[in-house]
Amino acid sequence: MKTYYNPEDLKKFGKIGEFQKSMADKFFAYYGEVFQEGALTAREKSLIALAVAHAVQCPYCIDAYTVDSMEKGCDEEQMMEAVHVAAAIRGGASLVHSTQMMNKVKEISM
Amino acid sequence: MKSLKALNHPLSRVEQEIAVLDQPVEGKTFEGFLQEQALFPLKPTTIDILQINMGKMCNQVCKHCHVDAGPDRKEIMTRETMQHCLEVIRKHTIKTIDLTGGAPEMNPDFRWFIEEIRAITQTAAIIVRCNLTIIVANPKYYDLPEFFKKHRIEVVSSLPYFSAVKTDAQRGEGVFGKSIRALEMLNAVGYGVADSGLTLNLVYNPSGAFLPGSQQELEQQFKKKLADGYGIVFNALFTITNLPISRYLAYLMSSGNYENYMEKLVSAYNPVAAMNVMCRSTISVGWDGFLYDCDFNQMLELKVTAPDSQHIKDWNSEQLHQREIIVKQHCFGCTAGSGSSCGGATT
Repeated sequence: MKTYYNPEDLKKFGKIGEFQKSMADKFFAYYGEVFQEGALTAREKSLIALAVAHAVQCPYCIDAYTVDSMEKGCDEEQMMEAVHVAAAIRGGASLVHSTQMMNKVKEISM
Repeated sequence: MKSLKALNHPLSRVEQEIAVLDQPVEGKTFEGFLQEQALFPLKPTTIDILQINMGKMCNQVCKHCHVDAGPDRKEIMTRETMQHCLEVIRKHTIKTIDLTGGAPEMNPDFRWFIEEIRAITQTAAIIVRCNLTIIVANPKYYDLPEFFKKHRIEVVSSLPYFSAVKTDAQRGEGVFGKSIRALEMLNAVGYGVADSGLTLNLVYNPSGAFLPGSQQELEQQFKKKLADGYGIVFNALFTITNLPISRYLAYLMSSGNYENYMEKLVSAYNPVAAMNVMCRSTISVGWDGFLYDCDFNQMLELKVTAPDSQHIKDWNSEQLHQREIIVKQHCFGCTAGSGSSCGGATT
């Protein structure tokens, strides 16, 4: 079955430099540095990545950071809480715009 | 739950396992990786560790067990074979005697064997790979912590996670609770307690088809969770990668994870870990006295290539030092990421 997303394509991510090498090299160097242990632990960064993966709805990233989070010792409860953080921010981002709607309603109402 | 052998599972036969493990992964072989590093044939550097498998009998049936151990396995080491092991320990400089199983404590000669080893050497480290639940399985085992303390045993125990759900999923219903009780008993006599001189190390291995993360970071998590939740202390956490052998191989294949897992192991190959693999400093003794490069090769019945030194009664140091270590695709498990050994990460 043909689909837009093929799990096998995740393995090809490192080969995007085939079409534009210097930018890909810079991106992957940056990417690698971002996920190094720093002020945040590698485990904390993995959970952030998992949450963002859900926010941007990237199936490749969800697969990758589910495995990565488990490898870093996170359990299902922690991972689901991370996804709820993403959901809360996404939902909140819609809802906070309701203030604009409310403003407009009040502006044009008697 | 029964052993694969009791179930007559195809993967209970080593020729079936080896047929799977002889397949290259995306055209790559472990031997090929060693050749690129000029490490093939892989040779020992020393023989510091004698790892003795005292039998396949166990009170647990863990889903990942590479020994396929369980209550239905009756193969255990005889006192006669232990006498041969004692001869080797008496005549050669072995730094560490590492007792494993199954549950080694279930061997009726377990305590006798340890007393005999200590009568020969006061300086060699003696490790017992204790599954914890054996300590609370029967009143006759309740005094094991005191026995371990008396003989200055290093206790190494598996605890795949600091919660019941994950631990029980891998090791059986109720194992986490029993393990905590056993850890409390070990702590009570001083094991894992700072400055006690009694070492209690835990082993983490993933409950599924993924690799262990950073040993240091997981150790920090385990220490905090076990201390905060249960008041348990321990010395170090060893992260161990599951090798695709026996029940873990059966799990990988039945769950459809085998290919991805092997690709992951191969892509995580670490040349430094390859230099430090534990088979280069270990001889593994089977329950029947035959010698192997490691406990994994033992389960695959791949005896050492030293032609006149394949059994403990025929121990020949020179031949064992000169042997070529047998490698197959399962060896990628010891070289992935930070490396893996019975003592945890190797890099």
